[in-house]
Amino acid sequence: MIDYRAYLKEYDGPPVRIMEICGTHTAAISHNGIPSLLSPKIQLISGPGCPVCVTVTEYIDRLIELSLTKDTVVATFGDMIRVTGSRQSLQDVKADGAQVRMVYSPLDMLRLAQEEPSKTFVFAAVGFETTIAVYAALLDEAIRQNIRNIRLLTSLKTMPRVIDWVCTMQGGIDGFLAPGHVSVITGSDMYEPLAKKHGVPFAVAGFEGEQLLMALYALVRTIERGDGRVMNLYPSVVSAKGNETAQHMISKYFTVCDAAWRGMGVVPDSGMILRREFEGYDAGSQFLYSDHSHHPKCRCAKVITGAEKPNDCALFGTLCTPETPQGACMVSTEGSCFSYFVNRRKA
Amino acid sequence: MSHGSGGKATSDLISSIFAHYFDNPVLAKMEDAAVVPGAARLAMTTDSFVVTPLFFAGADIGKLAVCGTVNDLAMSGATPKYLTCGFILEEGADSGDIEKIAASMADTARECGVLIVAGDTKVIEGKGGIYINTAGVGFLPDDLPAVSSASCSKGDVILLSGTLGDHHAAILSARMNITNTIQSDCAPLHGMVAALLAKNIRIKAMRDVTRGGLATILHEFSVASRGCISIDEDRIPVSAQVQGLCGILGLDPLYMGNEGKMVAVVAAGDADAALAAMKSSPYGTNAAIIGSLTAGEPGTLVLSTKAGGTRMMTELYGEGLPRIC
Repeated sequence: MIDYRAYLKEYDGPPVRIMEICGTHTAAISHNGIPSLLSPKIQLISGPGCPVCVTVTEYIDRLIELSLTKDTVVATFGDMIRVTGSRQSLQDVKADGAQVRMVYSPLDMLRLAQEEPSKTFVFAAVGFETTIAVYAALLDEAIRQNIRNIRLLTSLKTMPRVIDWVCTMQGGIDGFLAPGHVSVITGSDMYEPLAKKHGVPFAVAGFEGEQLLMALYALVRTIERGDGRVMNLYPSVVSAKGNETAQHMISKYFTVCDAAWRGMGVVPDSGMILRREFEGYDAGSQFLYSDHSHHPKCRCAKVITGAEKPNDCALFGTLCTPETPQGACMVSTEGSCFSYFVNRRKA
Repeated sequence: MSHGSGGKATSDLISSIFAHYFDNPVLAKMEDAAVVPGAARLAMTTDSFVVTPLFFAGADIGKLAVCGTVNDLAMSGATPKYLTCGFILEEGADSGDIEKIAASMADTARECGVLIVAGDTKVIEGKGGIYINTAGVGFLPDDLPAVSSASCSKGDVILLSGTLGDHHAAILSARMNITNTIQSDCAPLHGMVAALLAKNIRIKAMRDVTRGGLATILHEFSVASRGCISIDEDRIPVSAQVQGLCGILGLDPLYMGNEGKMVAVVAAGDADAALAAMKSSPYGTNAAIIGSLTAGEPGTLVLSTKAGGTRMMTELYGEGLPRIC
């Protein structure tokens, strides 16, 4: 049996930089104390996989505008309420009478909309492939039940193009810990073209400590061999082709579009938007591209792409804390700044 | 709205439900203020309860309102004696629900040996919500040594009275319509504290583990004592069901609220006796020693993870919401 723990702790080869793309992985890495189990030569970089963090300010501004519109209620996951747009957050405008409801699941929209049929409920639909499937299910159900007062303001992102962006525009990443939840929907084959094109390995991993360590071990060994391949280390739930029913649901309601990412600008074909035949459910999601950091020194944009570490930012832990977040990465529990702050991570 | 007018409707509500269930000689006098025997040193506290839903697996807002205040008193070392209880009812509140809640409060008060000696009811506009405030008085023994988290020092041992996260998980499951068998751990802890005091355990600090969770409390102890608290994830009891729910929702049991668990810091030599005292309580069967104060960096809380790593922990930030992807 290979002692992968000892290998990871004592690794003394060339320095490797591994990006965990998914925000849930960032949180799991902190929770499991993974950095303390790695050689200083193995560096973990958080990637653009926290849905709240990658959202541009114009989208937040549009949500705020909707929340202040008569007979309109914005429903959202909790984290989004505290993210500041170009000037304010949904939390700030609640005091001005904005209608904002926090929900645990997009499917809660069905109940809300039925209880108050005279109001329009707009869901702040951010997220990646996993969550897009849930939005598709919501629309499917709303149409089936003939509920007409539901809208989505979408800022939906997909993984392959943005990973390509990180490799092409930025570089410096030797291997990727591929997102477990997203891969359940998309399948692990999605990473094959990227692995070939850029010659870097991908390991699809779960979220438990052992699963993370195994995946990191597999990545470091594969990087050493210079082998750009895809490894599915989460086969209990991730298949090569993914969940085809969910993929079908997604493509029934959504189509590929260009998307704006905080810190990266508009990345072609990296998002999804409602298909034209369902645009009646869209609350004005097109072309929300503009992005202005709330604080001029906020480094969220650099942190999201892995160009800088959270603690490289001058605001980190001083002006910017989870109580006084200056950027989205400090708001979301999946944001890398939040994760570094609450676990006092240094690496 | 007539139930809150102060006239006949109010007195009907009071006599038919509250006076009936909370019946005791002090309350029966129906004076403006309750007059009760006292002690040289008193502990006093108050808390308001606004939980949704009102009834949930394992308990209800009434039991919670009694246990919450009783536990706050118990953590000071006091023997809980008297409670007052204020109901704020939104118009449309179901009288059957009010009665069930009052009955639950009465049962719990009886178990705790406390009397509900004064009460108030207000009715406001709304959608049928029910909110309860309880205030409590407890008697402090004259010879009770001072309990202060600042006095924790290197070598002291950390004990936890049972599994983490049950109440939080039960409420969340109800709100999210998730079907499982998780029950709130809502329970009075005065008996457990009495058992610790009876054995003359040198208690440095104790706290009931409510909002903010275990990590928030221990982080506070580490700062107050300028010590390093080291705890071991493997030794922290969490039920398989709660662990499973946390896995799905991305929650951390160390930051989740309970309503019937306590954490105590005791002198190392008393740790085994303290554990036995905790386990002697019906609410402490899963009690465990989970860590100690060590020589690490002052003012820090360090968790040794199941994966074998170490993780620094701070107080809870945010509301502990389920993750979104």
